[in-house]
Amino acid sequence: MSRDWPLWEVFIRSKHGLSHKHVGSIHATDAEMAINNARDVYTRRNEGASIWVVRAADIVSSAPGDKEILFDPSEDKIYRHPTFYEVPDEVENL
Amino acid sequence: MAVTGGAAMSDASKQFEYLLRLGDNALVLGQRLSAWVGHAPVLEEEMATANVALDLIGQAKSWLDLAGQVEGEGRDADWLAYHRDAWDYRNALLVEQPNGDYAMTIMRQFLFDAFHLPLLEQLAASGDERVRDIAAKSVKEVRYHLRRSSEWVIRLGDGTEESHRRTQAALDELWRFTGELMAADAVDQAMVEQGLGADLEPVADAWRQRVDQVLEAATLERPGEQWMQQGGKQGRHSEHLGYILAEMQFLPRAYPDARW
Repeated sequence: MSRDWPLWEVFIRSKHGLSHKHVGSIHATDAEMAINNARDVYTRRNEGASIWVVRAADIVSSAPGDKEILFDPSEDKIYRHPTFYEVPDEVENL
Repeated sequence: MAVTGGAAMSDASKQFEYLLRLGDNALVLGQRLSAWVGHAPVLEEEMATANVALDLIGQAKSWLDLAGQVEGEGRDADWLAYHRDAWDYRNALLVEQPNGDYAMTIMRQFLFDAFHLPLLEQLAASGDERVRDIAAKSVKEVRYHLRRSSEWVIRLGDGTEESHRRTQAALDELWRFTGELMAADAVDQAMVEQGLGADLEPVADAWRQRVDQVLEAATLERPGEQWMQQGGKQGRHSEHLGYILAEMQFLPRAYPDARW
């Protein structure tokens, strides 16, 4: 039966976190039931403050074969990391 | 509609009876739902059903502990759950009905949730602080139970030809057990007078409204006026309860000192 239900990816924002994080996937008949199922499967131990569900079929992902052209060019550009200046001692939350 | 029962009891024993009804409804339905664990149609439903079962068993513990306190004979929730026989149970007949197919389980849940929520909403304003506290915690859980069971009734009723047929059959089968939920007897009336319990008339209004609305969305036909089964609240049960208790109570009765 579950083969007939679409797959949904579940993102939960935890109580202390700031952004939604992918936690796994579930099957559900539609968006409303997907929220319910996500709640029942992934927030049983007080993990959640907010839930997003997205149909897995609607997610566009990069192709594994594109790894070289997408990600290798940034490997030797360490100057993009903010590590080349001194942080004054007075600055606390950086 | 008033039926006899509880007319000659003291105030404390009426409270005890009333709390048993609240606790036993939750306990028996929780036990019924637990039987789906390992057998539910899909993983998501298994988790959801187990969650509802655990909510209900937690509520049962609170109500039965309070019942034991009110009774004052040193019996706690475990004792009341595991050492009473069927005729001492005070749950409504609806919750002891078999799981059947999934449509039956969902329909039983919906018909009960639609009663349970307005009941607890009233109890959350009870004059008794202990009742108020348990109800206030439970009401959040049950609001979700009702949302979920309503959604399922709508999807199954307005789903495929087969799901519609099965859901209508479940509704027709279980309808005769719904009258008892909202039929006030002497115990119910005494609890309203004491300011502890819920007035079942507004509960019945809320129930009818919710049921009509969901059945319409589900394209299901509300059964006509018919004879309503009663007796569970007074300890007269269908044949099913004995089997439920036999399974639930076996271990603590056979091994009274068993510990986790």
